[in-house]
Amino acid sequence: MKAFTYERATSAKEAASAAVRTPGAKFIAGGTNLLDLMKLQIETPQHLIDVNGLGLDKITPTADGGLRVGALVRNTDLAADARVRKDYGVLSRALVSGASGQLRNKATTAGNLLQRTRCPYFYDTTKPCNKRQPGSGCAAIGGFNRNLAVMGTSDACIATHPSDMAVAMRVLDATVETVNAASQTRAIPIADFHRLPGATPNIETSLAHGELITAVTLPKPIGGTHIYQKVRDRASYAFALISVAAVIQPGGRGRLAFGGLAHKPWRVESAEAQMPNGAKATASAVLAGARTTSQNAFKLPLVERTIGAVFEEAKA
Amino acid sequence: MKFDTPATANPTDRMKVLGKPLDRVDGKLKTTGTAHYAYERNDAAPNAAYGYIVGSAIAKGRIESIDDADAKAAPGVLAVVTYQNAGKLGKAKNHTARMLAGPDVQHYDQAVAVVVAETFEQARAGAKLLRVNYARTAGRFDLAASQSSATKPKSGTPDTAVGDFAGAFAKAPVKLDERYTTPDQSHMMMEPHSTTAAWKDGKLALWTSNQMINWAVGDMSETLLLPKESIHVMSPYVGGGFGSKLWVRSDAVMAALGSRAIGGRPVKLALARPQVMNNTTHRPATIQRLRIGAQKDGKITAIAHESWSGDLPGGGPETAPNATRLLYAGANRMTATRLAVLDLPEGNAMRAPGEAVGLLALEAAMDELAEKLKMDPVQLRIINDTQVDPEKPTRQFSQRDLVGCLKAGAERFGWNKRNPVPGQVRDGRWLIGMGMASAFRDNVTMKSGARVGIDKKGVVTVATDMTDIGTGSYTIIAQTAAEMMGVPMDKVIVLLGDSSFPASSGSGGQWGGNSSTAGVYAACMALRERVAQKLGFNSTDVVFEDGKVKSGNRSVSLSEAAGDAGLSAEDSIEFGDLTKTYAQATFGAHFVEVGVDSATGEIRVRRMSGAFAAGRILNPKSARSQVIGAMTMGVGAALMEDAIVDTRFGYFVNHDLAEYHVPAHADIPMQDVFFMDELDEKSSPMKAKGIGELGLCGVGAAIANAVYNACGVRIREYPLTLDKVIGKMA
Repeated sequence: MKAFTYERATSAKEAASAAVRTPGAKFIAGGTNLLDLMKLQIETPQHLIDVNGLGLDKITPTADGGLRVGALVRNTDLAADARVRKDYGVLSRALVSGASGQLRNKATTAGNLLQRTRCPYFYDTTKPCNKRQPGSGCAAIGGFNRNLAVMGTSDACIATHPSDMAVAMRVLDATVETVNAASQTRAIPIADFHRLPGATPNIETSLAHGELITAVTLPKPIGGTHIYQKVRDRASYAFALISVAAVIQPGGRGRLAFGGLAHKPWRVESAEAQMPNGAKATASAVLAGARTTSQNAFKLPLVERTIGAVFEEAKA
Repeated sequence: MKFDTPATANPTDRMKVLGKPLDRVDGKLKTTGTAHYAYERNDAAPNAAYGYIVGSAIAKGRIESIDDADAKAAPGVLAVVTYQNAGKLGKAKNHTARMLAGPDVQHYDQAVAVVVAETFEQARAGAKLLRVNYARTAGRFDLAASQSSATKPKSGTPDTAVGDFAGAFAKAPVKLDERYTTPDQSHMMMEPHSTTAAWKDGKLALWTSNQMINWAVGDMSETLLLPKESIHVMSPYVGGGFGSKLWVRSDAVMAALGSRAIGGRPVKLALARPQVMNNTTHRPATIQRLRIGAQKDGKITAIAHESWSGDLPGGGPETAPNATRLLYAGANRMTATRLAVLDLPEGNAMRAPGEAVGLLALEAAMDELAEKLKMDPVQLRIINDTQVDPEKPTRQFSQRDLVGCLKAGAERFGWNKRNPVPGQVRDGRWLIGMGMASAFRDNVTMKSGARVGIDKKGVVTVATDMTDIGTGSYTIIAQTAAEMMGVPMDKVIVLLGDSSFPASSGSGGQWGGNSSTAGVYAACMALRERVAQKLGFNSTDVVFEDGKVKSGNRSVSLSEAAGDAGLSAEDSIEFGDLTKTYAQATFGAHFVEVGVDSATGEIRVRRMSGAFAAGRILNPKSARSQVIGAMTMGVGAALMEDAIVDTRFGYFVNHDLAEYHVPAHADIPMQDVFFMDELDEKSSPMKAKGIGELGLCGVGAAIANAVYNACGVRIREYPLTLDKVIGKMA
């Protein structure tokens, strides 16, 4: 860990201003990912702006019948919220399938969106990684990549986004609200929030420098059967090999988003028209354009099989 | 005390304290955080500086240059020690790779430097500022690619052969010939390798987390080129080892060098978790070939087990065929162990070396053979039981109740409910299967000493350099002393893990429990003799009970017998030829039920049951803890543990606990453990045997066999991850 300076922000605007003002500044909330990365000097912020005191820890109804989740709402609290459990079950289930109880107690909504990949080469500073050190190459391509991306990859990066929560938010069409130093706010559809790696895998979101997430809004409930199926190597405390967030309406139509497939939560809206035609047709549409390695090619049949199981569960 | 004839009746047979499921005597200290581990010795070594190891960024090659200017100039940094300023160092016989690289690098993350600073954070930050230029050279990192270059190891028993295997196998009406692979595994004990080191007047004090105190002194002596008398090793509490701490590692050597560099001030150093995997040792991967020929009635006529593994030059093999030499009958047999040179980190012992991976292959092969024979897998094992060493039929087993374990285990588990046809039992989406395997682990005994004293209050104090690595040594040693001296547990103090105490067996190879308590037995017998002599009692009819020494109608309290000066005695147990005259091993049977998700291929263990025969169970509670811990480790070996080698860079890629999976609580179901009533008089005066590793042996194969029974997919490449399952599942 490199030495850093630290301040506690008291307003969102002040936090954003401090971030713009101070070179090498980063926001810190739960710190469950950032501190680990700092210890390994994968992240080396010179200044930390603690946003825990901003009061953004409420879940409130929105005018259109949805929910506004403060950026600092802890994963445990969000998962346990009665309104979330009732109307956004897929989100609650995704949250509790992630990390461990201790981490969920600390981790925040905004921080969860911003967590970084678990690609093992990203985590080893002696190895090339375009995400960590742009231009150094990608050790994962041609290396150990069993759990890496098959969709939307580039020659620069095949990392996945590790979040479960974000996959559920993607299927719910959530919106990320932000504020910047000039007090301008933005509402970024979750689909546009995370980026594909392209030639710049080090740039992971559409946030501008200093832009602070203040909340995530969930549109009004859409009903349906909510399922989050996470497939993993052990029963708890493991990142998804793949995961499926599903909201399925009577008749078999609905929405599907996937974790473990790409650099962002993966959703192909056009493929959802295939849902009434079954898992095979749906998976084939979702996975169009997949690029696999010998180690991660299993994810394609696994997606189809898991979609099938999700459809069965929705019927039951 | 020499132990070269079978034990007869002795005071341990009273079983007033021994054999009771007593709580750990150190339990409260550990659960309240007041047991001080090696990194926490502020009491003994205050004002410690902190060391942080810089590991090599390459797997093989040479250090071209080291620039430590920035590191030395960093805030709080007190010293940077590399091969250039460490002074002359030796390589301990127990080490394959050197603990400090330079100029040659032998493996990835081999220590290149220690940065010593006022705080941990400063040391870690300083370590990142050390600039090392390497010249990388090509290495060999791929076992499969190196298999054909493997050679016969120079030591051990790499080849065994009895009868005519080839001829008998060719003639056998039912044959199996399969290849199995097991991956590299990391010990990943909870406490990483940790040391606090300090020098005074040329003498080194080392508080380190270590399983074998006597070896630790030797390793440090050979590495630092220092007389053994100048080294004091203390390791009273150890947060797990699994073989990874049988020898001192770079934490101890680099902490000692770091302390020396700053004038002897204490330096504490713990390996960071990512360093545990590549800086230290691991269980080597194996490729194994099993050939078994049987008659139609199931009798094995030919059995062959070959194994290939790799290690650094000068290293040793994983002796996977160990168990196959002794587990089943069969007149024609052979084993072969081959070793390839690999430039990965040092391969070495991990819990039940040999058997743990050998049985993953052998016991899966037995399941396959049972299927070919259309025979129940339990029955196949019973038919092939042997009461003599199959390689040397004149040599009997000291005790062998494999059949009893198989029967008791099957009964407790409800094996008779198993459907032998795979893929027939469902629970919703889950395909349910049952599998079983035999458990086998050698019973090794090691010379072990202790000193036992009584003071004027009648308190018995045991001192031995034996370690408690989470196993319960404190407790069973206290039980032994209490039983022998006829006092309650609260009148016994046990002092462990200090090289100033008599040398013990240490903890490893499941020899520690039996051997160290036998050493305490020997010392207690010597002390009893002294007490009897002092009181003028006839030592043959003297009885120690209820805090008193009795002979005929005379009775004297122990405190009175000890007097103001107290009494003490020291002795050790030395084992004679009984392990040669008799085959000595521990046995068991594992039964497992798994569910395989018919959609995703995810495998989850639903219940586990095991029956074990391991001589006298000194403490059923701590023994059970050993077994369920080992079963848990077996779930890891079967389903998830896999240290992935990147063959381009030559290192284990998934070097943290987020990516190297060991079972989480949610992976572990109800575990049922049953101990057979057994005494083994040929093993030791305790009539006990090892129990620390037996529970791991075979359990992974039982899981693999259950997976096959559940879904009809045989996977011969461990671990059984879902990608291997769904490819073959309907």
